[in-house]
Amino acid sequence: MRTRDKVLLLLIVILMALALMTLFWSSFGESIEREELKLGLDLEGGAHLVYEADFSELPEDTEPDDAMSGVMAVIEKRINAYGVSEPVIQKIGDDRLLIQIPGIDDLEEAKSRIGETALIKFREFVPIEPDSSGTPVQSIAPGTLTEIIASGTPVEPVATGTPVEPSVSGTPAQSSGSGSPSYFALRPDEEGKPVLTEVPKAEAEYKAIPAMGTIDGKKIELTSQYFSGKVEVRMPQSSNQPEIFFKWNDIGSDLFYEITSRLAAKPEDSVERRLGIFVGDAYESSPHVNGPIRDDGVITGMTLDECRHLTSFLNAGRITVPLHTLEQHSVDPTLGENFVDWSVQAGVIGLLLVILFLILYYRMPGLIASIALLIYVALVLSVYQIWPITLTLAGIAGFILSIGMAVDANVLIFERMKEELRSGRTLRAAIELGFNRAWSAIRDGNVSTLITCFILGFMGHKLGAPSVEGFAWTLGIGVLISLFSAVVVTKTFLRALSYTGVVNQRALYISAMKEKMLSGEGR
Amino acid sequence: MFDFIGKKRYFFSLSTLIIVCGIVFAIVQGVPWGIDFTGGTIMTVGFDQTVEKDAVENILAEIGHPEAQIQGAETDENPNAFIIRSKELGRAEEEALDEALKEIGMTGDLEFDSVSDPIAKEKARGAAIAVVVATIGILLYISWAFRKLPKPFRYGTCAVIALAHDVLIALAVFSILGNALDLEINLMFITGLLTVIGYSVNDTIVVFDRIRENLGKAGRQGFETVVNNSLIETLSRSLNTSLTTLLVLVAVYLFVGEAIESFMLVLIVGVISGTYSSIFIASQALVVWETGSVRRFFKRTA
Repeated sequence: MRTRDKVLLLLIVILMALALMTLFWSSFGESIEREELKLGLDLEGGAHLVYEADFSELPEDTEPDDAMSGVMAVIEKRINAYGVSEPVIQKIGDDRLLIQIPGIDDLEEAKSRIGETALIKFREFVPIEPDSSGTPVQSIAPGTLTEIIASGTPVEPVATGTPVEPSVSGTPAQSSGSGSPSYFALRPDEEGKPVLTEVPKAEAEYKAIPAMGTIDGKKIELTSQYFSGKVEVRMPQSSNQPEIFFKWNDIGSDLFYEITSRLAAKPEDSVERRLGIFVGDAYESSPHVNGPIRDDGVITGMTLDECRHLTSFLNAGRITVPLHTLEQHSVDPTLGENFVDWSVQAGVIGLLLVILFLILYYRMPGLIASIALLIYVALVLSVYQIWPITLTLAGIAGFILSIGMAVDANVLIFERMKEELRSGRTLRAAIELGFNRAWSAIRDGNVSTLITCFILGFMGHKLGAPSVEGFAWTLGIGVLISLFSAVVVTKTFLRALSYTGVVNQRALYISAMKEKMLSGEGR
Repeated sequence: MFDFIGKKRYFFSLSTLIIVCGIVFAIVQGVPWGIDFTGGTIMTVGFDQTVEKDAVENILAEIGHPEAQIQGAETDENPNAFIIRSKELGRAEEEALDEALKEIGMTGDLEFDSVSDPIAKEKARGAAIAVVVATIGILLYISWAFRKLPKPFRYGTCAVIALAHDVLIALAVFSILGNALDLEINLMFITGLLTVIGYSVNDTIVVFDRIRENLGKAGRQGFETVVNNSLIETLSRSLNTSLTTLLVLVAVYLFVGEAIESFMLVLIVGVISGTYSSIFIASQALVVWETGSVRRFFKRTA
């Protein structure tokens, strides 16, 4: 055997081992950050919605792009808050939004979750069983906190502001606040630090209630609609720490001053001194209030990414971007459950039929092609594992179709080999010639399939059809790997075998009856 | 030896017959476009008592949608179910319909799928562009791949004729079977169609590739003979490949048919048609063009 063939054979074995490890050995899978195979909406069932964003009410200081990312962040937050796994939230073009929520097939429910506008709400945390002594029930070590502090603008002392009645501070009016109350408790995070976490009512230590203030004798809830101008991430040179700068309008200033004054009276570092930020009803963050603040302030103590994330919410709540439904589909989930089983069965049966056909018709090369085909399947499946594509109905069909097409290259080569054998060439020469002569057809055919795959992928992406996109990816990956399996794997195996005398019987390659008709001298 | 070229008129006629049938069905029954491309609303409603189709029709006419099509959709679970297809419903119309249907005993809430008109137009346009761009891409690639032969553009064009044939056959079959099998021409259909285009061209290229090779050693043989020989030489490969692909496709169709029936059916029809066109259409078109018998050919068939 020549060195080149040995090297190739070794490579194929190593590749195969890697593929099998990826598929079956979970700890290896983790080390290469294998991702769970994601099922598309058509398999899992759920809601498919396309919205058009209306930017007509956008303030001049906001770019539609920023508004859109804000809207997307808010929608993601809301959907995730309901414990839904991996929604798809994708921007199509400039003003379209594709949303797929797996597991929810009730469209009205899905639409209500997405909501029409995004409002950011602020809430205070009230202990469920207040400690009579007034000391905080629990406190959090300083330094681990995000903080709201005034930004340069001098803050008037509490006394000179609107006097806040102590009785009000503990229990701001709950009745007129919007949204259902949510419950919180301090729970250790991964590093063991206590973190404010949303919990069921029974375990609650704190209750979050709307942060309200009084304007002209009326109780008003503080929301993001009272921001004045854009909320921005800043990086002051003095501290070199990112911070979020915000500014209130007149009503917002009064409300915020009243609320922060009330919170600032709470013990330092206590949960009660925090101001909860909620996206709709979903908890997002709770910075510590440093002191009474009126017009503007900054939130500090977060990383740049966290700042940007929170800012996108705050800004999204500041503007109204009405969403109009353009398209809605609900996908029946029961279809999906069976489909995965069915596809596996169909795939296995299809594969077995193809292998049977190959071996009966092409004999020895057919057997080798079948092995190459199994390697092909293992490789494709492991690529799906490493490179997380979303598996859709059409995607599975694309994969199964690619099995059929993978055989094509082998068929082309074997037909050529047979011809060369019949014209009296030696087996080794027939292998080489068969491959070389078949190559141009294989290449041209596969390139044209890849052209359509590319266009399909592009069309699917543009039109917001993830199933079409998934199909294009699976077929494209299939075509590329089938080229490798046919041209490298099958050829190397055949060449390797042609050096061992055992399988050199011509009868293993072409049938004896046809052999008689030929005057070939064999090897 | 079988004469693929001499009998070309029969092959062309068979395809023409299927396509003409398709056109007739399309005119009589209408093309089964899905809401992906037409826009509008589709909903399934079930009732807890026997409801006449007319009653549902009247309700839709009352809320301003006399164009709605109502189709019985009895299942074992619910013998009183209908599929309603209409133009897009406004919010108020939705609520009015929900209320009116509940009055005559609709079970559950109104659940519907809808695609708005601009989106549908965009999808139709996108799909058309995708098909056209794929075609042009293939035309250019084949013309390039056969650049060493005289008149390479002809090979590209004939491959495109073959794939246009497959697209027309698929559309014709869907128009013919649309009503009977409740098929729909939607985005998945177009996806299947584009796959078929890739597949069909693959088949055609194998034959052309053989013609390319045989022309090099043709000697005194005429173009027709070379093409015919090439067809015979590639025949077993063409049939074997189609057979293996069909084996897999039929396996999928039988096991998971219902869910993606339209998609699988277009693939199956396309693979058969693609094989047919690569054996009986593409090379024959090449010969008709090459031997300058285009005008004569049309005269004879006319």
